[in-house]
Amino acid sequence: MPGFDFSNYNRNAALHARGVPLPKATSTGTTIVGCIYDGGVVIAADTRATSGPIVADKNCEKLHYISPNIWCAGAGTAADTEFTTALISSQLELHSLSTGRKPRVVTCMTLLKQHLFRYQGYIGAYLVVAGVDPTGTHLFTVHAHGSTDKLPYVTMGSGSLAAMSVFETQWRPNLTQEDAVKLCSDAILSGIFNDLGSGSNVDVAIITKEKTTLKRNYIKPNERTQKLKSYKFARGTTNVLNEKIIHKADLGNFVTVEEISVTGPGDKMEVDA
Amino acid sequence: MAMFSQNPTMNGPNYSFSDTPRAAAPEGAREHRFDPYTDNGGSTLAIAGADFTIMAGDTRLTSGYSINSRYHPKVFKIGGTTADQSDATIALSVVGFAADGEALKERLDAICKMYQYRHGKPMSVKACAQRLSTVLYQKRFFPYYAYAILGGLDEEGKGAVYSYDPVGSYEREQCRAGGAAASLIMPFLDNQVNFKNQYIPGSGEGHALQERERKPLSRNEVETLVKDAFDGAVERHIEVGDGLQMMIITKDGIQEVTLPLKRD
Repeated sequence: MPGFDFSNYNRNAALHARGVPLPKATSTGTTIVGCIYDGGVVIAADTRATSGPIVADKNCEKLHYISPNIWCAGAGTAADTEFTTALISSQLELHSLSTGRKPRVVTCMTLLKQHLFRYQGYIGAYLVVAGVDPTGTHLFTVHAHGSTDKLPYVTMGSGSLAAMSVFETQWRPNLTQEDAVKLCSDAILSGIFNDLGSGSNVDVAIITKEKTTLKRNYIKPNERTQKLKSYKFARGTTNVLNEKIIHKADLGNFVTVEEISVTGPGDKMEVDA
Repeated sequence: MAMFSQNPTMNGPNYSFSDTPRAAAPEGAREHRFDPYTDNGGSTLAIAGADFTIMAGDTRLTSGYSINSRYHPKVFKIGGTTADQSDATIALSVVGFAADGEALKERLDAICKMYQYRHGKPMSVKACAQRLSTVLYQKRFFPYYAYAILGGLDEEGKGAVYSYDPVGSYEREQCRAGGAAASLIMPFLDNQVNFKNQYIPGSGEGHALQERERKPLSRNEVETLVKDAFDGAVERHIEVGDGLQMMIITKDGIQEVTLPLKRD
């Protein structure tokens, strides 16, 4: 059956009514931005993921692939941005295969807003959609409730005010690619340093008619400082309370062991180098 | 059926996540609230040595996701007779609600000064610690929302650290971390200052293994631990950062050092 599994809904709602708190999701308290320039569009993001006041991931990826020429920056609930972009990416690929045309940014934006509107904001995905298609260069924002905007420069997430203040003071029409990258990364840096929900590094994606260039960790202004002391413990420092050794010969007592010849049937599993 | 229908037209009692959990309240009762407290984040740390005490705190002041100040000290000299507190012998650190911390500092400083004028000698840390507890407990039902740590040298010249809860429960300790990242720093201190969970390799089998004995750390070792503790906290807690303020209390007075921390 397609869609979400709601089988625990009534139980959880009843528990909540009796005072059991809801579980907390990892949120990408985030700064994400996008900016159109002459010949393409740039999107950028910070790389901090938080769970309350704790940093859950210091270098996460908030720029999501939709199609070769469409990319998405996501803020809000981490899982929702990840799965929503993956779902729409898949639908767009199938649509492109069936029509025999390249996917368009408006199509992507429409699929996203229709999906998010259907879930009335409960899918907490706040997205910046950018891309170049046969109809031109496009930049949109999509909010979790399903509203969209089409603008030459956009910001989203908890750092959106810090980032927008950079755009509002420094943006001008007809930017070059270098200018747009500089402007976007400056906006993200402003979020990183002034918004507690944002931090660590700057990721940038540059989308042109010809190709997309993803610059992962384009700026790393927050390298970890070296510890002043070594905290290596001497071997044997930890107390051993109990020791039990299982020899290979006795393994059969715990699990079913079946010897398989290496040259037996079936292909060898492919593993990464 | 209506109970679990989630359908208002069926006229049953429906549960909703958007409703706050309801406590038993009389019909038509309205709740009025007064929120006089804010959490301004940040973290503090104090370690007592053989003949010195180090008090430290980060200098970031936050509210929500905003940074209100990158340099707002949390560690104060207490009870000096000059404007710059140059002859002070006791230091106080406060985290929690900055306004209450500041008010508490002012109260305690005034008390120490009055003691000096009346008795012609500075207050001992032991006396100051007891008085701070009283000051906090006096406001038992409208507390100073502040986690205080008091540091100085005791009558024998040994390092002394006293830690408090917001209503005045206190204890003399070897070391203590307070504030937002206390839960990140305290286990590190237990292990590195009091050598908890460390045993002497090869000294026995199982429960017979001997615990590593506590020995007082040197001033340099403690300074290193403090810096590393804060560098670690900054990595994983969003409310800690910008600057590290340290006060080193010795028989020669209080030396203050500020160092940079990450600003993201």
